[in-house]
Amino acid sequence: MTLAAPHPSLGAASERWYAPVARVLRRHEAKLGLAIVLGFLVLTVACPLLSPYDPYDQELASALAPPSAQHFFGADQYGRDVFSRVLYGSRTALLAIVVADGLALLLGSALGLVGGFLGGAVDALVMRMVDVLLAFPYLLLALIIVAALGPSLTNSMIAIGIVYTPQYARLIRGQVLAVRALDYVRAARAIGTPRWRIMLRHVLPNSFGPVIVMATLQAGSVVVETAGLSFLGLGAQPPSPDWGALLADGHNYFLTAWWIATFPGLAIFCVVLGFNLIGDALRDQFDPRRRT
Amino acid sequence: MSPRWRSDRAELWRYIGWRLVQLAIVLIGVSAVVFFTMHVLPGDVAMLLLGDRGTAQQLAKLRLQLGLDQPIVVQYLRFVVAAAHGDFGTSLTSNRAAFTDVSTAFPVTLQLTLAALTLATFIGVPAGVFASLRPGGAFDNLAMTFTLFGVSMPIFWLGLMLLLLFGATLDWLPIGGLSEVGMEPPRITGMSLIDAALAGSPSMFWDALRHLILPACTLATVPLAFIARITRAEMMATATQDHVRTARAKGLPRARVILRHVLRNALIPIVTVIGLQLGLLLSGAVLTETIFSLPGLGRLMVDSILSRDYPVVQAGALFIAFVFVLVNLLVDLSYTLLDPRIRRA
Repeated sequence: MTLAAPHPSLGAASERWYAPVARVLRRHEAKLGLAIVLGFLVLTVACPLLSPYDPYDQELASALAPPSAQHFFGADQYGRDVFSRVLYGSRTALLAIVVADGLALLLGSALGLVGGFLGGAVDALVMRMVDVLLAFPYLLLALIIVAALGPSLTNSMIAIGIVYTPQYARLIRGQVLAVRALDYVRAARAIGTPRWRIMLRHVLPNSFGPVIVMATLQAGSVVVETAGLSFLGLGAQPPSPDWGALLADGHNYFLTAWWIATFPGLAIFCVVLGFNLIGDALRDQFDPRRRT
Repeated sequence: MSPRWRSDRAELWRYIGWRLVQLAIVLIGVSAVVFFTMHVLPGDVAMLLLGDRGTAQQLAKLRLQLGLDQPIVVQYLRFVVAAAHGDFGTSLTSNRAAFTDVSTAFPVTLQLTLAALTLATFIGVPAGVFASLRPGGAFDNLAMTFTLFGVSMPIFWLGLMLLLLFGATLDWLPIGGLSEVGMEPPRITGMSLIDAALAGSPSMFWDALRHLILPACTLATVPLAFIARITRAEMMATATQDHVRTARAKGLPRARVILRHVLRNALIPIVTVIGLQLGLLLSGAVLTETIFSLPGLGRLMVDSILSRDYPVVQAGALFIAFVFVLVNLLVDLSYTLLDPRIRRA
C-alpha cells in the first residue's frame, strides 16, 4: 500500500495563524502603513506629553499667528495653538474608528449572521433592509440620521456606523452561507446544539476573517467621513479639537491664515493613507483572485 | 425576425420589468426610511412652524390642519401620495414649495457631478490602460502612487488647497460661486455652462467654465483613482486570457489587440465601477458645494438640516435617493448591451 500524498489544504491548516499577517508585513507598503498607523496610535496616547499648549487655551495676542518656533503649526483666530489642536484631534479620530467602525461591525454582523443562518423570510427581510440602506448615497444617509438625532460628534459617529452596516451585513451573510453548510455545523445541529449556540460558537468565529480585513479597509474612510460631517457643522461642535471642525475653521480664514486648514487636513490624509496601505496589502493577501 | 432574437428581446423586457418592480420596492423602503427617521425627532412640524410663540390651542389647531393628529401610518400614506404628486410641503425658511427649492438646486449638482464623472472617466480609463501595458514600469508606479493618494485624500481638504493655490495665490481661477456678478446667463436649464452656451455668449461660457474647473477637479479625484485602479486590474486580468493570446498569435497589431480584445472584455467591471461612483459623487458634491459656495442640492440639504427645515430635507433626500436608484438601474441595464450573457443568466 502506498501512502497518499498529503492533501494540499493540510499545509495551510498546519500554518501558524499569524503566517498570512507576517506575509502581508513583508511588503514595504504595508510596513509604511503600519508605521503610520502605529505613530497615530502613539500620538493619541502621548498627546498631553507632546503638545506645547492646552488645545482650548485662547491667547488673543497670538490670533492668526503664522507657523513659528512658538506655534509650530501657527495659531487660529482665537490664538489657540494649531499643533496642539491637531495632536488632540487624533483622539477624536481614533474614537470615531472605534465607535463608528465598531457599531457597523456589530450591527452588520448581527444582521448578516441572523439572515444568513436562519435563511428564508428572515433572510429576505434582512437583505431588503440592506438594499434600502444601500439605495442612499452614503453621506446622504448620514445626513438624514444626523438631521433626526441632531448635530453632535456622538450622533455623527452613530450615523457613520449605520451607513457602513449594510456592507458588513452582506459580507458576513456570504461567509455564513458558506460556513453553515460545513460538516461540523451539521454535526452540531445533529447533536441538538441550540441554534443561538451554533451561530455564536461555530458559525460566527469561522466567518470573521474577511470582516477584520474590511474593518481595516473602512477605518480610513470612517476618519474621512466623520471629519466630513464635522466640516459641514454636523459633527463635533466648537471648541472641540476635531480635524474636520478645525478644517471648517480654516475654511473661514483660508485667505488670511492658510495654516489653520492645511495641517489638520494633512493629518487626516496621513492617517487615511496609513490605513489604506495596510488595507491594500491585506486585500491582496486575502483575495484569492489577486494573489499571484 | 429570427426566433432566437425574438426570445432574447422577450428576456430583456422581462428582465427590465423585474428590475422596475424591484425599483418600486426599494423606493417604498427609501420613502419609509426618510419619513420615519424624520419622525424620530422630538417635537413636530407644527411646533417648528409656531416656534416659542404658539399657545397650546394654536398648536392643537395647526396639528389638526396638518393632519399630525392622525396615526403615524396614515401620515406616512398621505406623505407617499403627496410625494408621488411632487408635494412635499412648504419650506420653513424660503416659504416656497419644498420641491421647488430642490428642483432649483438640482441642476447645479447635476452639472458638477457630470463634469467630475466625465473628467474621472476620460482620464482614469486611459491612465489605467497605459499603466497595465507595463506593470511595474515608471508610468504604472506614478499612476498607482497617484491613485493611492487620490483615494486617501479628504476632498474637502483638497478643495481648500486647490483654492489656496489656484484661487488665492496664483489668482488663475475664481474662488467660488457659479459665475461672476453680472455674468449670470439667463436661467433655462439651471446648469450655468449649458445656459451660457444657449445664451450664445462666449464670455459667459468661459466664465461659467472657469468657475467649474476647480470644483469638478476636486470632486473627480477619488472616482478617478478608483476608475484607474479597476481599469488597470481588469486589463491585466483579461490580457492573460486565451483569446487575447490567440489574437496576438494571429499577428494582429498591438493597438487592435488592446482595444478590441482586452479593453472591450474588461469593460463590464469598469462600467460597474463608473456607475458606482455616482454615490461617491453625490456624497462628495455636498462637501464640494460647501467649499466652493455652490447653490446645489448638497449645500441646500446641509443648510436645511442646520435650520431644521424638514420638508426640504425630506424632499431632497427622496429626490437624491430616487436619482441614485434610477441611475444604478440604468447602469445594470447597460451591462446587457455590453454582455448579452447577463440577461440569459
